[in-house]
Amino acid sequence: MSDEILLEAKKVGMEFGGLKAVDAFDLQLRRGELVGLIGPNGAGKTTCFNCLTGVYKPTSGEVIIRGVNTRGLKTHEVSRLGMTRTFQNIRLFKELSVLDNVIIAGLQHARQSVLDDVLRHPRHYVEEARTRERALELLRIFNLEGKADLPSSSLPYGEQRRLEIVRALATEPRVILLDEPAAGMNDKETEDLMHLIAQIRRDFRLTVLLIEHDMRLVMGICERIIVLDHGCIIAQGTPAQIKCDPAVIAAYLGVDEKTTEAT
Amino acid sequence: MTDQHARGLFLRSMPSPFLVTAALILLGLVIENSTNAYTQDVVLWIFTNIILAASLNLVSGFTGQFSLGHAGFMAVGAYLSAWCSFRPEFQALPDLLRFTLLPAIGGLGAAIAGYIVGLPSLRLRGDYLAIVTLGFGEIIRVTLLNTEAVGGARGLNRIPATEGWLEMGLSPYLAQFSIASFWTVVTITTLWRIVHSQKGRIFLSVREDEIAAEAMGVNVTQAKVRAFVISAFFAGVGGSLFAHSVKYLSPATFSFTKSVDIIIMIVLGGMGSFTGSVIAAIFITLVPEFVLRPLQEITKVDLRMVIYSLILILFMIMRPTGLLGTREWSDFAWVKKLMRAISQLLKRGSDGDSSSSTSPSGASR
Repeated sequence: MSDEILLEAKKVGMEFGGLKAVDAFDLQLRRGELVGLIGPNGAGKTTCFNCLTGVYKPTSGEVIIRGVNTRGLKTHEVSRLGMTRTFQNIRLFKELSVLDNVIIAGLQHARQSVLDDVLRHPRHYVEEARTRERALELLRIFNLEGKADLPSSSLPYGEQRRLEIVRALATEPRVILLDEPAAGMNDKETEDLMHLIAQIRRDFRLTVLLIEHDMRLVMGICERIIVLDHGCIIAQGTPAQIKCDPAVIAAYLGVDEKTTEAT
Repeated sequence: MTDQHARGLFLRSMPSPFLVTAALILLGLVIENSTNAYTQDVVLWIFTNIILAASLNLVSGFTGQFSLGHAGFMAVGAYLSAWCSFRPEFQALPDLLRFTLLPAIGGLGAAIAGYIVGLPSLRLRGDYLAIVTLGFGEIIRVTLLNTEAVGGARGLNRIPATEGWLEMGLSPYLAQFSIASFWTVVTITTLWRIVHSQKGRIFLSVREDEIAAEAMGVNVTQAKVRAFVISAFFAGVGGSLFAHSVKYLSPATFSFTKSVDIIIMIVLGGMGSFTGSVIAAIFITLVPEFVLRPLQEITKVDLRMVIYSLILILFMIMRPTGLLGTREWSDFAWVKKLMRAISQLLKRGSDGDSSSSTSPSGASR
């Protein structure tokens, strides 16, 4: 693990009208780290993700990815800096095939032009074969190769989640943000997912930022955890530290002062 | 894939558009010698409508951007092409070449308009985009209405058309037919090849989920503008063919109703299917002329629009995704089987020029 900071957030704030969804969010993600971002429903976790990936323009603060300030960049430009994400509510290209989903994500590295495509220039065939082969390779690694030609919406839920991760990997990212990858999964599937995350991190040398509700998953694989509540960081540290932190227990695990959280 | 293999595929993809054009011209020869002038004109409109429907399908069916201004692009192409054909500068070119190139000029003008309309579409979605494109169509129409250089409300009369090449036995009609089929094949081949390329999947990803597409590094803005520009270009081509076959242009032709006509074609044929657009364009051109008009002569009542609307309503109830949905002619099992059989036959016959087994332009049939 090196000290190179791949993703840095400096006092990122996001307001909707008068509502502060995220306030002064700080983050330093070093190369190879696996950091968990947790918090009760409505704490602002997904808003954080949206700020980091450029879906929202933060109302204050800045996000720096691999040394580049993302202020003013569009979402696809942020993605091309080498940081990509998955979505809490699965967002596959539903009517397209499993293979096409992965191919589209890999296209930013393709070199043919529209003219090559129209003229069916040899370059068109060479590049298409290359992109296709790479996509199939990824599907093979994640045991989805046999379903390459099916529409992605026909996959079972767990595999749709897996395909989202595969599609994100096809952009050849350095940093991947996973938004509740275990949502809706049973224990067995969550277990598999833990191995999967460990695997992609190792094999693709990825840095991972993970939003998750499943405590076992977070405590099991994250080296560092950041706890968010009402848009503010209330604690961060190792899983062991977080488990005993009174503020976290109060806000997240819930004690007698449990409030009605907006979900 | 080796370079040699790729070159082989490239060479194999080349002849099919030419073969289809040649086949269409033969068909034109048959039509010229077996039907009356009225039928011949209707056949020319089919080409125009195929081009218009297929090009709108790229924006609405494949990229998912609902546009109500297609007649506007068509008008730009039609008027620009007609205006150019009156200019003495263009008379220098030989007749056939001139009328083959005019659609490209109309197309370029429309493409520029498409770029301008594409820009606001970066920020607008759904209904709002529909309203902007509707407004664009109206702006074009009203501008033409008030421009004396193109005849204003009187329109443009006696627009020249190709005179053919009589020494070579090419009659004016056949020349016109050939130019129209040439541009139809160019349109369908280009659009088909764009959509059926990996980069063309970008348009589909924008239709499916813009946010996910962006997160995967897809430049959604660029994709939409490209779709608008390409689509407008071919709408301009269609407009130009229209101008030189009808020989009379008036701003009223390019009203909102014309845009809706084109939308009906792609909805009926299937949003996201070029094959469907082609079939629907043929159907919608022929039915009013050869079924509804004779019917009106018999019954003495103008039931055309009533029957027309009824057909559409029934269609939408029974097949809401249109005739073919997103399927193309090559997606049907029996076509695949047939193609496999043909390619095997060709292989057995000679290892040389097997041509149209992967022909995209076959969709224009």
